[in-house]
Amino acid sequence: MDNAILRRRKREVLGGVIVLAALALLPLPIKDVYTQNLIIITVLFAGLAQAWNILGGYCGQISLGHALYFGVGGYVSTLLYLKAGLPPSLGLFAAFGVSGMLALLVGWPCFRLSGHYYAIATVVVGEIGYLLFLNWDFVGGATGVFIPFHGESWAQLQFKTAKLPYHYVVLAFAAATWLTAFLLEGSRWGFAWRAVKDDVTAARSLGVNIFSSKMAAAALSGGFTGMGGAIYAQYVGYIDPDSVLAGHFSILIALPAVLGGVSTLWGPLIGAAVLMPASELSRSYLGGSGRGVDLMLYGGLIVIGALARPQGLVSLFGRKDDHARIA
Amino acid sequence: MPVAEILQVAAGGLLMGLIYALVAAGLSLIFGLMDVVNFAHGELMMLAMYAVFAIWQLTGADPLLLLPVVAVLLFGVGMAIYRGLIARALSVQFNRGMVQIFVTFGLAIFIRGAAQFVWGGEFRSVTGHWLADRSLNLGGVFLPLPQVAASLVCLAAFAGLLMISRTEFGKALEATREDRDAVALIGIDRDRIFAMGWGLGAGAVGIAGVMLAGFYYVGPNVGASFAVIAYVTVALGGFGSMLGALVAGVLIGEVEAFTAALWEPSLKQVGVFAVYLLVLTFRPRGLFGKM
Repeated sequence: MDNAILRRRKREVLGGVIVLAALALLPLPIKDVYTQNLIIITVLFAGLAQAWNILGGYCGQISLGHALYFGVGGYVSTLLYLKAGLPPSLGLFAAFGVSGMLALLVGWPCFRLSGHYYAIATVVVGEIGYLLFLNWDFVGGATGVFIPFHGESWAQLQFKTAKLPYHYVVLAFAAATWLTAFLLEGSRWGFAWRAVKDDVTAARSLGVNIFSSKMAAAALSGGFTGMGGAIYAQYVGYIDPDSVLAGHFSILIALPAVLGGVSTLWGPLIGAAVLMPASELSRSYLGGSGRGVDLMLYGGLIVIGALARPQGLVSLFGRKDDHARIA
Repeated sequence: MPVAEILQVAAGGLLMGLIYALVAAGLSLIFGLMDVVNFAHGELMMLAMYAVFAIWQLTGADPLLLLPVVAVLLFGVGMAIYRGLIARALSVQFNRGMVQIFVTFGLAIFIRGAAQFVWGGEFRSVTGHWLADRSLNLGGVFLPLPQVAASLVCLAAFAGLLMISRTEFGKALEATREDRDAVALIGIDRDRIFAMGWGLGAGAVGIAGVMLAGFYYVGPNVGASFAVIAYVTVALGGFGSMLGALVAGVLIGEVEAFTAALWEPSLKQVGVFAVYLLVLTFRPRGLFGKM
């Protein structure tokens, strides 16, 4: 590694620490529950989008089926809690494991496909998961599962009205995904994945094992997405297939990374910071009428954002040499 | 399962499958031409269905008579989408593949919102038209006439697409598909061909939408459910292959009908998806895709 890269990585660690500190302090002066909730959802989706970015960005495999890992993660921690008594604070890690394994299972047939064939196969796998959970009585079928409240506890990740503990849980989650992406950027794996993304043939000729690179990226990406799903389930206290497994969740997870800037450290956070408030505010101010104005605004924002800043909003910040790297 | 029942299920699958095939044909045409997957394809079908509903409500005209009107309308919409958005998405320097996916996806959400804005969220249906509630009895197998008409129109649309491919324009289309840069050298306006391709693709799904409106509810989300089937159909048949879309559409209609009859109606799509994944394991580029 030459000095320029080393200097850039030092800058990024410093930036990471500053942003983490700022996000940790951000909710302290805020008393209004609506804003607290909005910040929590934004940070959660920044983490989910970074998890997606590991596979979709760095490794270049555009998955449109991440709702599957998200939903399964939520179901795993919830069912382990309800049926086996495992505290959700540990269930998060079980969710990581199960969703990561599931991503490997999905990857095994799907990574034989390339380009749009792969993207569509992931849509289909996500739909299969949705339909199976919808018709599976053991997991509550279409009615879903309620998580009963057993008193405030960090082990159960249950807090009656306080939002602050959840804020720190999602912040820790988002920080973990950021750190993973940061470590990957500097590791052999990260270089191999970017080679797979840019030119499969060239990567193979350099001795990169294409299939296992994709599988490793999928396992990490799916695992973190599952963990995010488990946190979400615990936060809202109720899950059903429509709220965690439906196809539009896959897009919701990918969008912040795409609009913020794929295969970048900060893209997912910037994308989430723009998209989540935009979608939340337009829904609460305009969605109530049921007239679809919120959808029109949201859809329009996606179109304009993708066309105006194809390299992502992250390109509005930072230095020139960083842009060269993004390209 | 008695023979008559098997025939009934098979006929139902065929009738639905032909609709799937025509919806997929438009998607496949656009993909084959310029390597773009239109994630707003289902919403174009939904627009055609609402157009039928709106004109029918206003004038009482039979959906069948509206067929040419709506097809031309959708042709224009398709061309406008290409000129306004897709041409721009194709000219970006970064992440071109991703930009086109999310531009068409954003468009889909926009169209859904617009439909809700104009017509509200509730389900509508076109009733009391010429073919409504009539059916054909073929030796104990009942075929609802609106669906029979839809299938015939779908077959005719396929024949039309085939005929277009024989014309001068069709040859230009094929040449552009083969090598989009070289065609400029022989005086083909690539941009015009792409725009026409979008017009044709949207027109095809528009025709499917008109016929579907004769027996299916209309709502802002109707496109989304058909779109997933359309992507599966195109990937199963092979991107860019018209014959593939036709064969895969019918296959999917049959698998869906028999899964519903033999297993569980609410899991009918799981059967379709399972067959799709199985076929792609052996043929990663679909049944008729170029290897």
